[in-house]
Amino acid sequence: MSNSANPSVTLRAPLVEPDRIDETTGLPRENYLHDGGRGLKSWLLTMDHKRIAILYLITVSAAFFVGGIMALLVRLELYLPDKQFFGPDAYNQLFTLHGAIMIFLFIIPSIPAILGNFVLPLQIGAKDVAFPKLNLASWYVYVFGAAFTLISVFTNAADTGWTFYTPYSSSTSTSVIPMTMGVFILGFSSIFTGLNFIVTVHKLRAPGLTWFKMPLMVWGLYATAIIQVLATPVLGITVLLLTLERAFGIGIFDPAMGGDPVLYQHFFWFYSHPAVYIMILPGMGIISDLVASFSHRKIFGYKFVAFSSMAIALVSFLVWGHHMFTSGQSEIAVMIFSFLTFMVGIPSAIKVFNWTTTLYKGSISFSVPMLYVFAFLFLFTIGGLTGIVIGALSLDVHLHDTYFIVAHFHYVMVGGTVMAMVGGLYYWWPKIWGRMYNRTLGVFAWLLVFVGFNMTFFTQFILGSRGMPRRYWTYLEQFQPLHAFSSSGAMVMGLGFLLVGINLWRAVKHGKPSGSNPWGSLTLEWTHCSSPPLPHNFKETPRIDYGAYEYDKVLPTITK
Amino acid sequence: MDTTATFWLPVSASTVAPDIDSLWGFVFWMSTFFFLLIVGMMVVFAIRYRRRAGDLENLDKGPSHNSMLEAAWIIIPTLLVIVIFIWGFRGFMRLSVVPANAMEVTVTGQKWFWSFSYPEGASTVNDLVVPVDQPVKLLMSSQDVIHSFFVPAFRIKRDVLPNRYQVAWFEATQVGEYDLFCTEYCGTSHSEMIGKVRVLTRADYNTWLEESTLGAEGMDPVELGRRLYVSKACITCHTIDGTPNNGPSFLGVFGHQVELANGTSVTADENYLRESILSPMSKVVAGYQPIMPTYQGLLKDAELDALVAYIKSLGAERE
Repeated sequence: MSNSANPSVTLRAPLVEPDRIDETTGLPRENYLHDGGRGLKSWLLTMDHKRIAILYLITVSAAFFVGGIMALLVRLELYLPDKQFFGPDAYNQLFTLHGAIMIFLFIIPSIPAILGNFVLPLQIGAKDVAFPKLNLASWYVYVFGAAFTLISVFTNAADTGWTFYTPYSSSTSTSVIPMTMGVFILGFSSIFTGLNFIVTVHKLRAPGLTWFKMPLMVWGLYATAIIQVLATPVLGITVLLLTLERAFGIGIFDPAMGGDPVLYQHFFWFYSHPAVYIMILPGMGIISDLVASFSHRKIFGYKFVAFSSMAIALVSFLVWGHHMFTSGQSEIAVMIFSFLTFMVGIPSAIKVFNWTTTLYKGSISFSVPMLYVFAFLFLFTIGGLTGIVIGALSLDVHLHDTYFIVAHFHYVMVGGTVMAMVGGLYYWWPKIWGRMYNRTLGVFAWLLVFVGFNMTFFTQFILGSRGMPRRYWTYLEQFQPLHAFSSSGAMVMGLGFLLVGINLWRAVKHGKPSGSNPWGSLTLEWTHCSSPPLPHNFKETPRIDYGAYEYDKVLPTITK
Repeated sequence: MDTTATFWLPVSASTVAPDIDSLWGFVFWMSTFFFLLIVGMMVVFAIRYRRRAGDLENLDKGPSHNSMLEAAWIIIPTLLVIVIFIWGFRGFMRLSVVPANAMEVTVTGQKWFWSFSYPEGASTVNDLVVPVDQPVKLLMSSQDVIHSFFVPAFRIKRDVLPNRYQVAWFEATQVGEYDLFCTEYCGTSHSEMIGKVRVLTRADYNTWLEESTLGAEGMDPVELGRRLYVSKACITCHTIDGTPNNGPSFLGVFGHQVELANGTSVTADENYLRESILSPMSKVVAGYQPIMPTYQGLLKDAELDALVAYIKSLGAERE
């Protein structure tokens, strides 16, 4: 057993000399927030990956806020079966917008475009991403696509559900085209980011940083980028065909015009199932980083965690049919899709076991980001296991299109991705701004989010297995108590997320200076960059001869 | 056989349900085990190895790799999911293969009701009536968008498509009334596209079939119309108290001028009502969407007469 007495362990001290610290702010005088320029123009024309990350942070948070308000309105309406605030048409528009905004404007760009943009170059010792202009372009394309989506909101918003199933979407009188064009445009933003990350990881790693020395966050983002580049074009083509059908009456999906509606479902899920992994893989990357950092321990089974991300990325392309077990595919297709669905679950299970085992003999800190790791392990395990339930064919027939599905994907997407993202924001926030948030408020908000989330969505598993169909504006009396409980939970969770936002927002201006490495983490952004980092990240290109989590070789000092 | 509702599952009333419920039980307890294992390990490790002062200067490095452990948690879950896969697939095949002696009911889904027609000539709306212990084959299609036929108590669900037949089947094991839902989102009244499956004893079913096939001869037309207003799902979109819904209210329509969407107007006489039921797109009332499906083929002549008589009676009531 080695310890600090062992001469093989290098102690790494904080890197900013006291004379470079500004006495009034307590932050390093030279940093990307200060030195990249001050005016609005310096932000809107920036090519600094860190500033682009903040542009994304602002727009994606706005989308999360709007989508979240819509979720709360949906839950308020469902508190009782009869009309509370909205009629059926307004309700249908609300749940459509909630879904579309949360998927296309929030969760797909969230982790890669915000945290990925900020930390990927830092973690591999690069000055920036490979194509800084393309990076800025991706943000403008995002804003342009979001604007299209907003046109739909203000011109008789689409009521198709975020899945735009035909022939309903080809025949409804609501404004579907702005929405599908918005999705089409947003796809390019996602492709730009993915392309950028793939090239960055291949070409810009610092000397000595071999593939298996990379942080698992980088592996997660890399696997995600592959899906973004390969799957997104299919979504683009699909929504374009749907747009052509609506605009010019070209029969592709609508049987009234000689099309096939099930073909649409195949096209749509060919993207949208891999897209689920665009959402979760970066979250898994964050969890890997956090679990190692807050246990101060080399992650258990590094290669298994890394390769399972790649396995998920590849197999994810072959399971789209599991969204269509009741839509009339042949039995042989159904059988193959079910089998592959179970197989894609195994790599996720491998990750969960490895993360949990990493805790063994660690030195576990109960910092706020780590609380989100615990929440993630708890919730994502439920999300994953319920995926096994609905992967089983005969069970899926009963549970398909019920609240069980709604609960399942919220456990994976919110319990998984959003918990990882909030944990990641809390983790890198001191790096981004150089300041620390309030821990007590952080713990309190975490508790509200965790309890509120389970109240909201665990209830929906019960609703679903008892037969409550999804996308219902009103429902039978027997489901009322569970709906009311679920709605109450949503309010608790909403308050929790609001407090998370307030805590982070206040820290930007008023938080205590955090120093360059408040967690004592070993990845490069903590050991080689100040907080906030320099405009070009590193004083000199770092050279690495240790793996991302080898705390037994290098032990960083925690800055106070 | 226990058929009552449990905490998780609704009543089980078909021949396929017990096997599906057993699989549910297996996956449920397996999931509970793994959930407790993972969360239990997490909690125990988090407490046992919480950071203490001086920890970091004296880290006890646990193992960072163990091939046996990795192999175990790849192989054991893989074997378990293969069991679940086979079990689920066999259940699915049982749901897909219709027994040879099944009676056939034609199911039509349209915005926003279900209609059923029987080989003997009977037809119903939102009310599927079947005999107990008899396999029933459902030959389903949609008139407009995709719907989905879901009876939780039977554990069956099948999407109903506009361009091809879809088949589902069930054999009810319990006399009773069960919920029927549409589970593929289909627009405004998707959540009201619900009905009942009534499972009767063979004798009751035969009586019902006979009465339905003969029609309600001798019944007062207004009274029959009142029943049809509910049973044929007019009630989904048309009120009788003057409140507009998806369609205009029936109150005070008859004998009055109706403004049409094309700018003209028409007097609501018997022929106008008849045309509006059979060919709803011909004269759409101003201020409403052209969304009503046709009832051509869903109503017998006597039933059509009765509905017209009922709407007439509502027109008179306003005066």
